[in-house]
Amino acid sequence: MTTAPHRHDLGMPGSPIDAAIAASVVTQGEKQTALKAKDMKTDQEVRWCPGCGDYVILNAVQSFLPSLGIAREDMVIVSGIGCSSRFPYYMNTYGMHSIHGRAPAIATGLAASRPDLSVWVVTGDGDALSIGGNHLIHTLRRNVNLTILLFNNRIYGLTKGQYSPTSEVGKVTKSTPMGSLDHPFNPVSLAIGADATFVGRAMDSDRKGLTDVLRQAAEHQGTSLVEIYQNCNIFNDGAFDLLKDPTTGPMWSIPLVHGEPLVFGPDGASCVVRDEFGGLRIAETNQVDASEIVVHDAHRQDPSYAFALSRLSSQDLRYTPMGVFRSVQKPTYDAMMAEQLHVAATQQPADLDALLAGSDTWTVKA
Amino acid sequence: MTATDRSPVATSSAPGGFVKSVVELDRVVIRLAGDSGDGMQLTGNRFTSETASFGNDLSTLPNFPAEIRAPTGTLPGVSSFQLHFADHDIMTPGDAPDVLVAMNPAALKANLVDLPGGGLLIVDADQFTPRNLAKVGYATNPLEDGSLESWQTVSVPLTSMTLDALADSGLGKKESERSKNMFTLGLLSWMYHRPTEGTIRFLERTFRRKPEIAAANIAAFRAGYNYGETTEAFAVSYEIKPAPMAPGRYRNISGNQALSLGLVAAGQRSGLPIFLGAYPITPASDILHELSKHKAFGVRTFQAEDEIAGVAAAIGASFGGALGITTTSGPGISLKSEAIGLAVMTELPLVVIDVQRGGPSTGLPTKTEQSDLLQAMFGRNGEAPLPVIAPRSPGDCFDAAIEACRIALTYRTPVILLSDGYLANGAEPWPVPAIDALPDLTRAVRFATEPNGEDGEFLPYLRDPETLARPWAIPGTAGMQHRIGGLEKADKTGNISYDAANHDFMVRTRQAKIDGIAASLPPTEVDDPEGPDGEKARVAVIGWGSTYGPIGAACRRIRASGRSVAQIHLRHLNPMPADLGDILRRYDRVVCPEMNLGQLAMLLRAKYLVDVESHTQVRGLPFRASELAAVLQETIDRAAARGNGELQ
Ligand code: SF4
Repeated sequence: MTTAPHRHDLGMPGSPIDAAIAASVVTQGEKQTALKAKDMKTDQEVRWCPGCGDYVILNAVQSFLPSLGIAREDMVIVSGIGCSSRFPYYMNTYGMHSIHGRAPAIATGLAASRPDLSVWVVTGDGDALSIGGNHLIHTLRRNVNLTILLFNNRIYGLTKGQYSPTSEVGKVTKSTPMGSLDHPFNPVSLAIGADATFVGRAMDSDRKGLTDVLRQAAEHQGTSLVEIYQNCNIFNDGAFDLLKDPTTGPMWSIPLVHGEPLVFGPDGASCVVRDEFGGLRIAETNQVDASEIVVHDAHRQDPSYAFALSRLSSQDLRYTPMGVFRSVQKPTYDAMMAEQLHVAATQQPADLDALLAGSDTWTVKA
Repeated sequence: MTATDRSPVATSSAPGGFVKSVVELDRVVIRLAGDSGDGMQLTGNRFTSETASFGNDLSTLPNFPAEIRAPTGTLPGVSSFQLHFADHDIMTPGDAPDVLVAMNPAALKANLVDLPGGGLLIVDADQFTPRNLAKVGYATNPLEDGSLESWQTVSVPLTSMTLDALADSGLGKKESERSKNMFTLGLLSWMYHRPTEGTIRFLERTFRRKPEIAAANIAAFRAGYNYGETTEAFAVSYEIKPAPMAPGRYRNISGNQALSLGLVAAGQRSGLPIFLGAYPITPASDILHELSKHKAFGVRTFQAEDEIAGVAAAIGASFGGALGITTTSGPGISLKSEAIGLAVMTELPLVVIDVQRGGPSTGLPTKTEQSDLLQAMFGRNGEAPLPVIAPRSPGDCFDAAIEACRIALTYRTPVILLSDGYLANGAEPWPVPAIDALPDLTRAVRFATEPNGEDGEFLPYLRDPETLARPWAIPGTAGMQHRIGGLEKADKTGNISYDAANHDFMVRTRQAKIDGIAASLPPTEVDDPEGPDGEKARVAVIGWGSTYGPIGAACRRIRASGRSVAQIHLRHLNPMPADLGDILRRYDRVVCPEMNLGQLAMLLRAKYLVDVESHTQVRGLPFRASELAAVLQETIDRAAARGNGELQ
């Protein structure tokens, strides 16, 4: 048996207020954390379409989660609505399959009041970026301790194939027979624009890359957003083939490794350099001096570098950076909230009678 | 003046040598009206505090525009504060003022219609300039054109006297002028023999970091008081004896304050941390402000990005074992509907507070109304029943908040508490309760820690046979991992189920759970004193929420006229008390006054097949007791005539 690394105090050290919760949850020493992938599974039949990218992600998550050393009962997965949002039913943790778009807000309330838990959000491009866009950006800017997995399949699957806020312009779907008109969001750009402290991107089929980004995301204190490219083989099949194909994939994906120069493509033929306006551009490696090639630094406080990185890719997925764009430290919302409660309780201990009486009372004698 | 005794009880010689007399009154209604920048609400609140600490019973009605600073001196910018205080127990802020203080022509114009002839009118003469008069369309100066002859008008240069008093304060003209409300408060404090120490302490406390401002305000306040004492303009001052009240410790409290304290108390009495998710909205924001101060009590407040996030976060906190609360007003309830439905489905405790205001849409943000009842009852998709309760007075918001938490925790359900703008901002003396006398809510909070299934599994929808509540197992509890959500649940296991029979069963079970709450309610209190000749009331009046005061005051008038009437006031609107149908059927006629178009009346008629007569008004203001009394009297007389065979 190992102990959980993420277990904090129950919000209010030494206070009797959370006693009811403390009495219910098992103490740290007794936590069962030596788990296997099968321990993460539930008895519920998985109901995604055969061949859906969601299966691969589920398997990857079930295999990798035990290695974090967190007890199952200390994990909560909150989801919204959409295909991906069925995820919690298949994980033997606590879970809530909530309403469309609101998972980040529900998870915020949970994480803010229970900093001892490891809280995850599973959402999709429609759920997180259309109906729930507001909650997503505000959760990111607050830096609540949450890990958000955004399954991006660039389509509405559950409602049978309408274009989504990440679909490319001109997408022909049931609701856009002549092609969609709106410009898509780049979820990574959006998250960095909201000053997210951790932003990564991974591919459903790349078990190793996905696990690596997820691990860093889980270990990050604060809100982590991981965009996972997920194939919807029913309504948007092959959406990410350009990046998955053994020939074209290496040409168009830019692997992000902290501390390593941004060189990619067959034989490292391409690289990333700074452009004259302070942004980034793609260059041919043999056309530039080695010193001009940007060395990836995920820990830069200033988000403009990570943002520039996210802008390298186009709608058709050419030059797509994969990996961790940004990982910086900032105090988390839940920890600061707990601290305020602690300070308040220390400065003036709770006295209900004094509170009810207020500052001006008078007494009527019998 | 509504004095029962207008003869002077004392006379004294003022420093000027002329005679000042003191008249004893049993009650007075004062209305302070001015520009929203004139500090009328603050002045009113201070006068209320002085009055409360003096020991009068009181009731207040603040009335202010939605605009924070409408253009100065205009009609939309007028803000007023009405205070009714008495030597006996009273139920309303008064139908009409006896005294109107108008700080400028706009305030006069907006409020004079409410001042009965002969009433005392005090105006700031300095503000009746051609410019200010023109702003509100006075062609001639009403102070000079004789149009105010029906009232006892006292025109006082309040502004210039304030400036004179502060000539040596070192403050500029503009800053000095701001203290004219304190000058006015001083004058009124003298007129009604109010204690002044509280206000001086308050000013010192409020402006502790700006001692020169504190000093100026105190100087203006004292100058106003001294002016009253020495001027010939006011020959009479008034005494209103303290009201007899049950022995105990009292404070003055507004509805929003009482509600906030009730929530904190519920947290303490249940042993649960409180989590409030809220988005700023008038007139509910003060609850967010108040609860934000009480972090030491384990209260977490989260100012969300929108109304939906506010309720969603509260649901998340409840899932984690906190007492989740969200506060809002009508438009916010509309936005929260879907999430409240989620709480119905997931059967988690949640307290939703709707401080109602005039609707629909943005409506009248600062005015009161009771028009969200049917929305609270039915405003969700699907069959989504939930308990609805309402407080009846500002102080009662405290008890109602605790009751909402009791129901939410015991039955694992969202509860909607319907307050309103009048209760929220109105104030009254409140007996401070003893902590031990408050309900013990710990029994309602037993987290599930052991599997309840026959095969050692945890069944999140295996219900308590008595309450039909499902077990509340919180994250962190080993072996109890489970998933909940908005999809229909299979009975007991809580797994997703599309089964037809299961859905029918679950819909009925959720309804039965809410209906079953009625079993935990005390018998309905009916205030039905026998008439003079042992006569029984034939007419009952039934209300809910903030109409309690006006209805109660109307019933007193009816009874004082020798007639009988029964009063029923509902705390629980869903489920209604089990005995209510039988009670209503005892009366020939049932009248239901509401500040909407008859929402409770519709529910009562549908539920009990009783021919309820609806009397409604939606003016953004509480009912006047006199109007209600007239309605009741007419109904009673008709019922009597019919009973005597005079009418067919
Ligand atoms: S519709 Fe698409 S995303 Fe949804 S389950 Fe089927 S394949 Fe997966």
